[in-house]
Amino acid sequence: MPSTTVTSAELLAVMGARQLRDDTTVFAGVGVPLLAAALAQQRHAPQLTLVIEGGIIGPRIKPGRLPISTNEMRTAYRASMLPGITDAFLLAQRGFLDYGFMGGAQIDAFGNINTSTLGADYWRPRVRLPGTGGANDIISLCREVIILTAHEKRRFVPKVDFITSPGWLDGDGSRRRAGLLFGGVSRVVTTLGILGFDGESRRMRIEATHPGVSVEQIRENTGFPLEEAATVTVTEPPTDDELAMLRAFDPDRRFLG
Amino acid sequence: MNAAEYDFIAARRRLEAKGKSAGEKLTSVDDAARRVHDGDVVAVGGCLFSRTPMALVREILRQRRRRLTLVRNLMCTEGEFMMVAGAAERVMTAWMSIGLPWGVSKIMREFVEGGKVAMEEWSHLALGLRFRAAAMGVPFLPTLTMLGSDLVGVGGMKTVQDPYTGQTLGAVPALFPQVAILHVHRADRFGNCQIDGYPHMDADIARAATTVLVTAEEIVPESVIRRHSDRTVIPGFVVDALVHAPFGSFPHECYGLYEADYDHFDEYVRAIDANGSRAVEQYLARYVYEPPSFADYLDLFGGERLARQQARARELTEA
Repeated sequence: MPSTTVTSAELLAVMGARQLRDDTTVFAGVGVPLLAAALAQQRHAPQLTLVIEGGIIGPRIKPGRLPISTNEMRTAYRASMLPGITDAFLLAQRGFLDYGFMGGAQIDAFGNINTSTLGADYWRPRVRLPGTGGANDIISLCREVIILTAHEKRRFVPKVDFITSPGWLDGDGSRRRAGLLFGGVSRVVTTLGILGFDGESRRMRIEATHPGVSVEQIRENTGFPLEEAATVTVTEPPTDDELAMLRAFDPDRRFLG
Repeated sequence: MNAAEYDFIAARRRLEAKGKSAGEKLTSVDDAARRVHDGDVVAVGGCLFSRTPMALVREILRQRRRRLTLVRNLMCTEGEFMMVAGAAERVMTAWMSIGLPWGVSKIMREFVEGGKVAMEEWSHLALGLRFRAAAMGVPFLPTLTMLGSDLVGVGGMKTVQDPYTGQTLGAVPALFPQVAILHVHRADRFGNCQIDGYPHMDADIARAATTVLVTAEEIVPESVIRRHSDRTVIPGFVVDALVHAPFGSFPHECYGLYEADYDHFDEYVRAIDANGSRAVEQYLARYVYEPPSFADYLDLFGGERLARQQARARELTEA
């Protein structure tokens, strides 16, 4: 497939992979986050360790057998350790996990995420969603969290109905006051650009646009006002090299679209 | 959350009053399942579609238990069965559905949105710590997770002030279930259990519960356990009933032995997409109520399908 037709999932995986530094650890969700972490490991971060919430440390990806859940043989393929779920999360609580890498959801201006319920009453929701899984723990315990998501107005809402996974809560130090002493959401990598958060107010802001995308387009697809960072950069498009490595993991295109 | 769940004194008294035999634990699956009572809090081992104690789930459904609270860190088809069969009135979990390719569980949506089942959501680690606190015999564990989120209000987690630093921490309450149902790779007939691959939360769950029911892929001679005692994760005196159940998780997976049957999930979800919970009622009739034994149940899948799933597991764990 020529690189001219990059799918949304491929764009997210490549842009996400570039966020990860070598000699670090990443707590990755399955799907695009796991592919992005695997791509980073293969391309520029060979000393990156992947940790998966099923209690899996250091797995490899078997091409064509991509994991569907966080706890199955595909996810544990050639892992270096299988410590159990509680103990995997406790590594994050201890401070061993540099990055949390999570997929899309309903997200608000402070990076709070809802994957639980839509509607006003938790116990009788208008829509019941699957729930946190490990997302709440990853966002609470990792040194920094990067979210990878399609950029759609319905996902970027002014205020989430329910805070499943706490970002910066109401901004201005409220995360720390709630007892979340460490970490926070550093970036939201989307199909349109890269968003960050103001250092004081902790409101989401535009930091980069993907090639051919304008800041206006990002604003039009976001349900709340967005500031801009002092300098808004333009990302480099995915290279043929990155795409080839990524596509080799998913020949059946189960996750890459 | 109710106070009985974390009453560590009552939970300890229950264990003190209970037999802790090193003797024979082998029994039939229907005898084991009879130790589950209406209204019990039942903790389910494994995780999502991994090492689900399906033979025990099937038998609990066949015995028409009611008003159960099911606790499982990630809940899958077994939770849907329990909801549709009217066995569960409450579930406690961090996540429920099958997995990304199958979308959000329509059964969960129907039963929770309709108010027929209460879904009490805790974070994945918080549930793990609820079992660990109980396994340790203490009423709570301090944690840095789940604070600041709306999950705190759902489960009613309180905070605690660290007496040394003054810092505020989450205080995750212990969870002492009446019953644990688990599936393991091998056990001797005295209930000493070994698990291959990821251990999930099973060892903590076994220590947290009052009554522990286990199915095992293989019943091995005592000498096998004694030769590899470092691999034993649940001691025999913890286990009340043990059942020999090859393919005891199927169509869910068992590490190294058989992969989850994704084609079966495809068919199951397609039927639900077409007919909603009626499809699950029909599924239960075909797979749970009609086949008298677990062997009869496995015959519905057929030897060829089971062999295929075994080969797929070997590709992933023997490479």
